[in-house]
Amino acid sequence: MEESYRKNRKLGTRLVAVTVLMFAFGFLLVPLYDVFCEITGLNGKITNTGALKVQQESDMSRSVRVQLIAVNNEGMPWQFEPAQAAIMVHPGRVTQTYYTAHNPTARKMLAKAIPSVAPAEAAKYLHKVNCFCFERQQLNSMETQQLPIQLMISRELPSHIRTITLSYTLFDITPQPEGLMLVETGAAGSPR
Amino acid sequence: MATLDQTVDVHEDHGPAKGITRWLYTTNHKDIGTLYLWFSLLMFFVGGTMALAIRAELFQPGMQLVEPALFNQMTTMHGLIMVFGAVMPAFVGLANWMVPMMVGAPDMAFPRLNNWSFWILPFAFIILLSTLFMEGGAPDFGWTFYAPLSTTYAPQSVTYFIFAVHMLGISSIMGAINIIATILNLRAPGMTMMKLPLFVWTWLITAFLLIAAMPVLAGVVTMMLMDIHFGTSFFNAAGGGDPVLFQHVFWFFAHPEVYIMILPGFGIISQIIPTFSRKRLFGYHSMVYATLSIAFLSFIVWAHHMFTVGMPLAGELFFMYTTMLISVPTGVKVFNWVATMFRGSLTFETPMLFAVSFVVLFTIGGLSGLMLAIAPVDFQYHDTYFVVAHFHYVLVPGAIFSIMAGVYFWLPKWTGHMYNERLGQLHFWLSFIGVNITFFPMHFLGLAGMPRRISDYALQFADFNMVSSVGAFIFGFSQLLFLYNVVQCIRGGRTATDQVWEGARGLEWSISSPPPYHTFTQPPLVK
Repeated sequence: MEESYRKNRKLGTRLVAVTVLMFAFGFLLVPLYDVFCEITGLNGKITNTGALKVQQESDMSRSVRVQLIAVNNEGMPWQFEPAQAAIMVHPGRVTQTYYTAHNPTARKMLAKAIPSVAPAEAAKYLHKVNCFCFERQQLNSMETQQLPIQLMISRELPSHIRTITLSYTLFDITPQPEGLMLVETGAAGSPR
Repeated sequence: MATLDQTVDVHEDHGPAKGITRWLYTTNHKDIGTLYLWFSLLMFFVGGTMALAIRAELFQPGMQLVEPALFNQMTTMHGLIMVFGAVMPAFVGLANWMVPMMVGAPDMAFPRLNNWSFWILPFAFIILLSTLFMEGGAPDFGWTFYAPLSTTYAPQSVTYFIFAVHMLGISSIMGAINIIATILNLRAPGMTMMKLPLFVWTWLITAFLLIAAMPVLAGVVTMMLMDIHFGTSFFNAAGGGDPVLFQHVFWFFAHPEVYIMILPGFGIISQIIPTFSRKRLFGYHSMVYATLSIAFLSFIVWAHHMFTVGMPLAGELFFMYTTMLISVPTGVKVFNWVATMFRGSLTFETPMLFAVSFVVLFTIGGLSGLMLAIAPVDFQYHDTYFVVAHFHYVLVPGAIFSIMAGVYFWLPKWTGHMYNERLGQLHFWLSFIGVNITFFPMHFLGLAGMPRRISDYALQFADFNMVSSVGAFIFGFSQLLFLYNVVQCIRGGRTATDQVWEGARGLEWSISSPPPYHTFTQPPLVK
């Protein structure tokens, strides 16, 4: 009886350990998911950001159409639009354009734009040298601002991709008086 | 392990305590099994009432009885209650009753833990059901509670839902640990793993699925809780999170979960078909290995629930092929059941009727699952009534019918009385007809494009919806026959023999009907 009690305890402890490990694994899926998206470029997340490491000769023989889209997340009152709906970009050349944002409300607001690329396959060839999406944007009441973006498409972009859609979704991250939701802490993954 | 002698004098059977405290304090596996089964029947009727509210609203196009907000709460609560309140506790109840008796153990390995796993459940469901009476209403985001619908846009009561899910998870995990320890440590001498009855085998594998999957569910609701109250951004794109991540983590839990709800059913059917075919089960070993492979595959197919989120081709193909692969071990099982019946000396008592219809109707559900597994066509079927038809075919005539079959099969053993066979057969036929009238037309509705989880529909869907609602009421009300039959069987009836069924084999049929309060205090010797 004593022995079987010990056996049960030992097995029970091990099974509890498995449970705890699986709970931790659930949370581990969060960074794993980000890493997976980064490696594969799935999900249209752009990870090539910052100054160019390798300068590329621009390929004048080829041009790619980059469609620019602006989306307001639900409840976001700003007027947000690209300067041009589409631009033609030679692979390898750094191209600049901008979005315009206007805060029509009577209060100071804070916003954050989240980019997404379609087709997802193109995400890893799109390099953003400088982008307003790297930072939060703050606009006073009735203020308008140009939000610049510098991008470069790598020469390795597969030839069948002729159009890339770059979409920005603008989120209202103004701290709520109650502080209930949408307070950015960056707890899950670094801001992109 | 003092003696293996089976002729030892039976010790004085002190029997259960008296009054309500018998049920509150009990550590007896039979009492706890009974509690689980009654609780799950209660939840089956609660969840069923909600299903009837849904079907009543969908009887005709336009808005009649249920407001859209309440309709969403009904679909959500119906799903949650049926999954966590009806199907899972019913299987745990059957395991509590049968596993110790089948392996020759005196009780579960951790009897006190067992008491706790059950008594958490009523409190969890009181919390969950109380949300119906709260301001803002109950959870209305579907049982899959996708973020941000369940975080940013959720009613206030979502926090209660999260804590209820936590409690359910703790209960299931403790139950699973108990079952694993009982099966691995408390088998009678001579009961080797490959002699275990299939119900025990399937439950062992299910219990491992539970301790692997339920903690991930606990994780995902914890992330929701943190997003809602502590300002994190796991699923909030503005803060660097990703709503699609929710779907990945959720389905990583929920796909194994759907096998948790069917594997014990496979076990029950594998007990019943040989009994009423008066043959041994065909392909015992292949049944065990098929169950193991289904369990393994269940962890690598989750994204077939989310083909339309924008996965790359390689991902779609991987999840499509692995999903289709599941039909191989499942096919082995169906083949074995049919081969067991082949040239058997068949009789069709109620448990066998449920078991045979399980094999047929579960296979229909499996085939529509195979259709849904094909990624390119899933874009058409996604979020339509075709999906509703599919998973109701595997859950109602699948999981629920296997539970009904198991209850009719073992009820004479538990109570010592035979149930009313005519009433049982009437219950079966009404259920069988009701289920098919309810869910078969949903295939056509889905293929024609009717979206799920919406309280109204376009006029061209009217006729099939009316048929479906009629079937739902037939099915729902015929379950009252089941309740009546069970109660009558407990109160009295023709005395059951120890073996109960002519073809029954196994330790559980060697003890008296009803079994003494404590069985196998001396381990039996299995030859």
